This record gives sequence, C-alpha cells and structure tokens, in this order.
Amino acid sequence: MELFTMFWEYRSYFLTGVQYTLILAAIGVLCGFVLGLIIALLRMSSWKIVRFFGHAWVEFLRGTPMLVQLLIIHYGFATVLGVSFSPIESGAITLTINSSAYLAEIFRAGIEGVDRGQGEAARSLGMSKGMTLRFIIIPQALKSVLPAIGNEFITIIKESSIVSMIGVTEIIFQSGVIVGITYDPMTPYLIAAIMYFILTFTLSRILGVFERKLKASDHR
Amino acid sequence: MITVKNLHKNFGPLHILKGIDLEIKKGEVVVVIGPSGSGKSTFLRCLNLLEQPTDGEIKFEGKSITDKRHNINNTREKMGMVFQQFNLFPHKTVMDNITMAPIRVKKLDKAKAEAIAVDLLRTVGLEDKRDAYPSQLSGGQKQRIAIARALAMEPHVMLFDEPTSALDPEMVGEVLDVMKKLAERGMTMVIVTHEMGFAREVGDRIIFMDQGIVMEQGTPQEVFNAPKHQRTQDFLSKVL
Repeated sequence: MELFTMFWEYRSYFLTGVQYTLILAAIGVLCGFVLGLIIALLRMSSWKIVRFFGHAWVEFLRGTPMLVQLLIIHYGFATVLGVSFSPIESGAITLTINSSAYLAEIFRAGIEGVDRGQGEAARSLGMSKGMTLRFIIIPQALKSVLPAIGNEFITIIKESSIVSMIGVTEIIFQSGVIVGITYDPMTPYLIAAIMYFILTFTLSRILGVFERKLKASDHR
Repeated sequence: MITVKNLHKNFGPLHILKGIDLEIKKGEVVVVIGPSGSGKSTFLRCLNLLEQPTDGEIKFEGKSITDKRHNINNTREKMGMVFQQFNLFPHKTVMDNITMAPIRVKKLDKAKAEAIAVDLLRTVGLEDKRDAYPSQLSGGQKQRIAIARALAMEPHVMLFDEPTSALDPEMVGEVLDVMKKLAERGMTMVIVTHEMGFAREVGDRIIFMDQGIVMEQGTPQEVFNAPKHQRTQDFLSKVL
C-alpha cells in the first residue's frame, strides 16, 4: 500500500503511538536528567558509602540490557514484591533509571572538566559548597556537555521502542498492530521510522538553538 | 589581624610548609617573595583554607579558623582573594561576576549590590565593561575585574596570589596601579609576587620564604638593601 494512503487510513493508530512515545521519552528525559544529576553528585560525595552507591547504580544500569531491566521491573517486581506497575509506568521507570546512569556519567565528566580555579574563586568569596555547585560549577558543566546530553535524549526517544515488549501502545507497538491488519510488513515500519526521525531531528534542532544561546558568553 | 602559628602543610610525602609563624597587623601590606617551590602560594592559600593545613593554627580577628567547628564560609567573606589565573566566572557578565557573592552570600538586594559594583568598576577604571563577558576582556582587565569582585564583599584583608604572573608585560602596570591604590587606602594586604620593584615600593614588610620556612623578614630597606641570609642574597642577585 502506498505510504501516505496507509498513514492516512491508520492515522489514529499512529497518532496514539506518537503520543505514547512522546510521553515516555519526555518522562525519561526529564526524570532521567534530574536523577542523573543527583547520581553524578552522589558519585562525587565525600562519603565513601554514598560514592559506592552512585558507582554501583551507574555500572549496573549501563552493564545490563534495558530489556532485562524492563522485564524485571514489570514482571519481576509484580511477582516477587507484589508491586505491580501499569505498562506505561514500568516503561517510564525503566527509561528514567536507564538514562539516569548514562546522563550521570556525562554530568560527572562535565563537572570534573570545570577548571578547579572556578570553585576556588567561588569559595574564596564565601559561597558555600552547594551555592558553588549550583551557580558556578553546574551551569558551566552543563554547557560543555550539552552535545552529549542531546545525544542521550535522542537515544532515549529511540530506546523507548523497547517498551512495546510489555504492551505499551507506542509507535512500534502500533505499527505491529497495523502490520497484523494489513499483512504489509514494510510500509507501517517505514512510517514508524519516519516518525522517529521527525522526532529526533526536531529535538536535535531545538538543542542546536539552545546551544547557540548558551554560547553567548563565548564570543570574543 | 591574622596570626599564624607553627603552620605545616604536607602534600603526600612532600613537606611544603615546615612551620611558619607570622603576625599580620591591620592596615599592613605584607609582600611574600621567594623562589618557585618555596611554598609562598601554599602559605597564602592556607590563610583562607583553600588548602587545609596539616598542622598548626591560624587565627583571624581573634578566632581560630583552623578549629574544626569554625564555619570557614563566614571568614572567607572577609578575606578577598585574587588568583594568578583570574578565575572570573566565564558564563556571567562582569556585573554578575561582581554582584553574585554580595547578593547570594550577604543577601544584599540587587540595586545595592550594583551600586557598589559600579563604584568599584570606577575604582579599577572599567566602568564601560559592566555588560561584557570575561572572554571579551584583556588579561589586565580580567584581573582588575577580579580585584573588584573580591572587593565587593568588603573584605577586611586581601590576599593576592601572584596577580601579575599570567599577564603580558604591558598589562602588569595597570594591575599594580590598582593594588597600589588599595594599599594607599589602608587595605590590609598579603601579596605573593615576583614584582620586586612593586614589593619595594608598596610593601610595609617583606617576607622571604625558601624551602617551606620564613628565611628572613623586615622592611623593604632591610631585605632588599642589606639581606642577612646567604639564600636571600642569592635569590635577590638573580631577580634584581
């Protein structure tokens, strides 16, 4: 079937898919960002036990497949711990913790890359450790790792397709449904690919604008 | 104003400061000179605890700041510091660089902080740079802004860690002029520098440090014209 005809005919399926993909990705990006920043700070704590926790978090989540994490959270927790999440909840939690591990590493690299003198100057003015991090170190760190963060955001959008495995009606799941209806295994997935591309390309454009804005202080 | 007793600092196996005793009085301009590696910068950085002393005591305005219960942030407000590498905040304008600590730490309102900043910018001769970013300034301008930033907290003492060492030669003068102005206004200053002419002219007291101890100290006349120690003589013969 022709691409546009199919898209038009099954538009409600696709739009539901896009909607869920966007919700999942947005939660993954926002919560992953906050959690990742917290984990990065834990990894730089002066308490060894806290550092260890941060380190273990990152290594475990980076070193195991996201699909496994998803299955454990969705089926494992429900069976063993009796806490059952809806598919969308499980998907959001998995995307959040998984991306937090990658983002934590990016943040840590950024924070460690800020010149030592910056922190010293802030502290010498009487600013507390927390103030120094918040106003001096983190803004500079975020700016320098923005391209890497953008990369991770795009990855999150794409990786969200994994949650189709537990029945979240996002783009891939919906495409599969349409394949089942039409017996055409090509066109629905092609449409899915185009939709992912539109999402990621738009995001990378937005990040590009943001990056240029932050570079305002760089001009010479 | 500052009393240093038996100050030691180790970096791992390296014994950088080997027992410094010093008393700095209010209004005094103390210039610390000595060969590189003698511990002058480490000594200065110990005064506001950017380096944690390994042993010894530092008292500031009667209070022991090396005491573990002491809140160092309160003391640092009263001790301005100027660094060799300027360390201006690159993501902030000149105005924000200067007003940030007064607003955040001293809880001054913005208008008041900016009024102080404008005044200081005039003192360092850079009124027109208030909206510039550090990357748009020359080295000498950066350092003058860094001085203004430290002064904005209205410190009781100013610490200078080789403030002209990273500057192109033609910019050294403008920074030294600002420092001279400060000294004339009665600011208590501790200056680590290689500018011997400046030390002789502005210093009330010269400290010669070598190998982690205070080798010799006295008025500029005493130290520059009639150094007692062989090490001081050797050093001065190389730099003068």
